[in-house]
This record gives sequence, C-alpha cells and structure tokens, in this order.
Amino acid sequence: MSSDTLAQHHGHGHAPGHGHGHGHGHGHGHGHGDGASHGTFKGYLTGFILSVILTAIPFWLVMGDVFANPQVTALGIMALAVVQVIVHMVYFLHMNTRSEGGWTMLALIFTIVIVAITLSGSLWVMYHLNANMMPMPAHDMRGMP
Amino acid sequence: MSAPTLHAAAPAEEVAFYVTEEEHAHSGSSTMLGFWIYLMSDCLIFAVLFATYGVLGRSYAAGPSGADLFDLPLVALNTAMLLFSSITYGFAMLEMERNKKGMTLFWLAVTGLFGAAFIYLELYEFAHLIAEGAGPQRSAFLSSFFALVGTHGLHVTCGLIWLVTLMVQVAQRGLIEDNKRRLMCLSLFWHFLDVIWIGVFSFVYLMGVLQ
Repeated sequence: MSSDTLAQHHGHGHAPGHGHGHGHGHGHGHGHGDGASHGTFKGYLTGFILSVILTAIPFWLVMGDVFANPQVTALGIMALAVVQVIVHMVYFLHMNTRSEGGWTMLALIFTIVIVAITLSGSLWVMYHLNANMMPMPAHDMRGMP
Repeated sequence: MSAPTLHAAAPAEEVAFYVTEEEHAHSGSSTMLGFWIYLMSDCLIFAVLFATYGVLGRSYAAGPSGADLFDLPLVALNTAMLLFSSITYGFAMLEMERNKKGMTLFWLAVTGLFGAAFIYLELYEFAHLIAEGAGPQRSAFLSSFFALVGTHGLHVTCGLIWLVTLMVQVAQRGLIEDNKRRLMCLSLFWHFLDVIWIGVFSFVYLMGVLQ
C-alpha cells in the first residue's frame, strides 16, 4: 500500500476548508495520515463494553469467592488486567503499528521492556533479600520505630 | 583523495541539512509523538511505585492489612467513575472531529464531573483510612499504598485542571487547530490514567483483599 493511499484511507477527521490547508498542500510524500489515528463511535463503545466486562469479572471473582484457591484467583485477576490494558490501548489510545510511522509502538515496546525489568528485578531481589534476613517475631516487630 | 571530491560536491548540492518546507506543517504530529514519549516516562514512574508496593505490600508491621481496610464496593464505584469518564471523553473527541463546539464542551463537562466524582471518592477513602489510624505512617504497606494511589490521584487532579483550562480555551477560541491538538494530548493523558487504574485496582485492591 503506498503512503498516499494510507493518507487517504486514514483521512483527517477535520472538515476541509477551515485553515488546515497550509500543511497538506505539499504532497503526501510520506503519508501524513499516519499521525494520531482517530476513533469511531463503534470503537469507543466496543472498548467500553469490553472494559466493563473485564472489570466486572475480577471484582466478581474476589467478592463472590468463586475459587477456593486464592492463587488461581490472583492469576485470573492478572490475566484479565493484561487483557483490559490491551483493550484500552487499542480502542481508547488507538495504538497500532502504523501511527507516527511506528515510533509510538517502538516507544511502547521499549517502555514495556523497562517496566518488566523494573518490576521483576525489584520483586526478585527484594524477595531473596527478605528471605535471607534474620527472622523476627511479630511481638519484637511491634517495638520497632 | 576524498577531500577534493567533497569540495567539488558541496557547492553543487546547495548545502541542505534540513527540509525547509516541513517546518510548520507537522507541529501537531510531532507533538503527539512527544506527548506519547512523556506518557511512557510517566509509565516508568508508576512502574517504580508499583514495584515499591510489590516489595512492601505485605509488610503490615502488625497493623491492618488490605483485607481489613479495603472497601471493594467503593473501589468498584471508583473504577466505574473513571471508566465512564473515559468513554465520555471519547465522545467529546468524536464531537470535536465533527466540529461541534457545544457538544464537545458538554461531553468534556460530563468527563470532568466523573473525574471529580473519582477524586471525591478517593479523598473520602483516604480520609476514612487516616481517621481509622491507617495513615501513611502506620506501616510500609500503607506508605507504599498512599504513594501509589496518591500519585495516581494527583495525576487525575492535574488532568481535571487541564480539562477545565481547555474548556475555557475552547469556549473562548472555538475548536481551532491548536485547541484540537491540546484536546488530543489530554485524551491520551486521560485514557492513560485509566490504564494505570486497571493496574491499581487489580494489583493493589483486589490482590490486597485476596490474602
């Protein structure tokens, strides 16, 4: 697909002829339409309904005591949160691989890598640090500053 | 050997290190990318706070735990407020694209009300916790809890101030190109805060009540 078709296809939601012409006259050599893509009513509604469902299920899992094993519930909550984050990214933040020529996606992937290292690294190191500390009973802990 | 070639080529090619015609045309587009990168760096702030909470979230110092403190129906209501404000902001963006100034302002106002309701509920929860003696100084768990949830609340508050500012701007100047760009930035910010809240209610509240 040529970038011209891309620009046409994405379109700008703006109505023509309100002082926007200055930037568009110089040829769509590199696909001007691949800036921020806009949402549609259907897209927002789909995202909203999916989010409501994906929010209701984890609250129901916890408040209704659905699983006897809390670890299963925790895994379920995590999985649903990840899915809901992706739903928000796609339907509300309009993430795709094309916007800004792929640079937003690249920044996002970079951030996800850093966040994963930060979270897993902190939890891993601090867990082992805790495990290697001298055990202290609760009643000693109470007197601590 | 290469130096003379360079000399010969330079005058002929009319030294052009930048493309002049693009200077003003793409300010909006590059703003969006820049704002996105800001959001990603904001994401790192929250990642650090989440990591802190992950490490300290079980250190109750013989004090109350999440299961004792958190009121899940209130959290569910809070989540609903933020989710509603997300979709009403989406509606405002759709009206903005159709150049309907009045309807854009209406949906922005609705978004602002939902956002304010969220902040009110969160402050109510904080005040309740502190009145119970479960303030940020009680335990490491509560310190990290207040740091994480408070930072999110502070972001929403800033978003609300920004929202009101933009409503005044749109009311005065109309839906000009600059205001549209600003509204798009706030849109990203607002939806981003909702994404962070997914992490907060899943990881902090629901998992906190669980064990």
